[in-house]
Amino acid sequence: MKAMEQGYRHGARAILPLIVPVIGFGVTFGVLAREAGMGILAPVVMSATTFAGSAQFAASSILGVGGGAVAAIVAALLLNARYTPIGLTVAGAIEGPSWLRFLRSQLIVDESWAVATTPEGVDGRRLIGAGLVLYATWVTSTLVGALGARILGDPATLGLDAAFPAVFVALLVPQLAGRRPRLAAGLGALIALALLPWAPAGVPVIAATAAILVGWSR
Amino acid sequence: MKVWVVVAAAGAGTAILKAAGPLLLHGRPMSPRAQRMLSLLAPALLSALILVQVLGVEDGIRFDERLLGVGTAIVAAALRAPIWVVVGVAALVTALARLV
Repeated sequence: MKAMEQGYRHGARAILPLIVPVIGFGVTFGVLAREAGMGILAPVVMSATTFAGSAQFAASSILGVGGGAVAAIVAALLLNARYTPIGLTVAGAIEGPSWLRFLRSQLIVDESWAVATTPEGVDGRRLIGAGLVLYATWVTSTLVGALGARILGDPATLGLDAAFPAVFVALLVPQLAGRRPRLAAGLGALIALALLPWAPAGVPVIAATAAILVGWSR
Repeated sequence: MKVWVVVAAAGAGTAILKAAGPLLLHGRPMSPRAQRMLSLLAPALLSALILVQVLGVEDGIRFDERLLGVGTAIVAAALRAPIWVVVGVAALVTALARLV
């Protein structure tokens, strides 16, 4: 019992340095989702149920420019597709009956996974401890952002329409280590550019996923 | 209504994606090719999202102040600035460019 508690606490402590950026990210999501016309409650519920930053930003940004529900959902799920392979690396470390494993697996996000990964593999308890802290922080800061958004005023004069792509820039840059991710990013942008002038909203982004074919051969 | 459909479907779909490994595939590994291609989804999607949001307007493409803002964001992100700095300078530069 003692060792178990220690594992959770270890994870909760390990995530603390990341809390301030997560608050900034969550508040940003709350503000931008409200500006995109999602209201106050929906962004908070989304943070509590989807609990994955980039997918939430993608879905709300597509809604904000008048894209369809299907395009927003598909974009969000494609961005979260990485959680299946990440979940595979965690599979052996998540304990308990199926329902508990289901709930615990919801705490898998990039940050909790990162602090739980050790040279010996993923520490499941550390992941849960870190994930719980991240979850509470993420949902609360979304609410703060959504409530505070109106103080800001008109999104266009404030340059907030440039804020969404800036978020994606901040998420993309750390991913560009290595030749293949760069190739995929470049090709994805090219596909989107080719389709943007004439395809329906949302389609260019989804079509850009064809760029993952650069990973076909070694 | 549309917003809630998106919230519900994105939430349910993400829950399944996250739980798939620990619940169903318990220990069975994916092929290296599938892993490789899945790891490229995020860069491909993010760069497409950036492009669409920097250039897209309702009826096609427009080059405007957003380009300056996001250009600044790229510099800030390359310098490893925290996310709210990246977002803040992008909004600020775009707003200032619109004033000029």
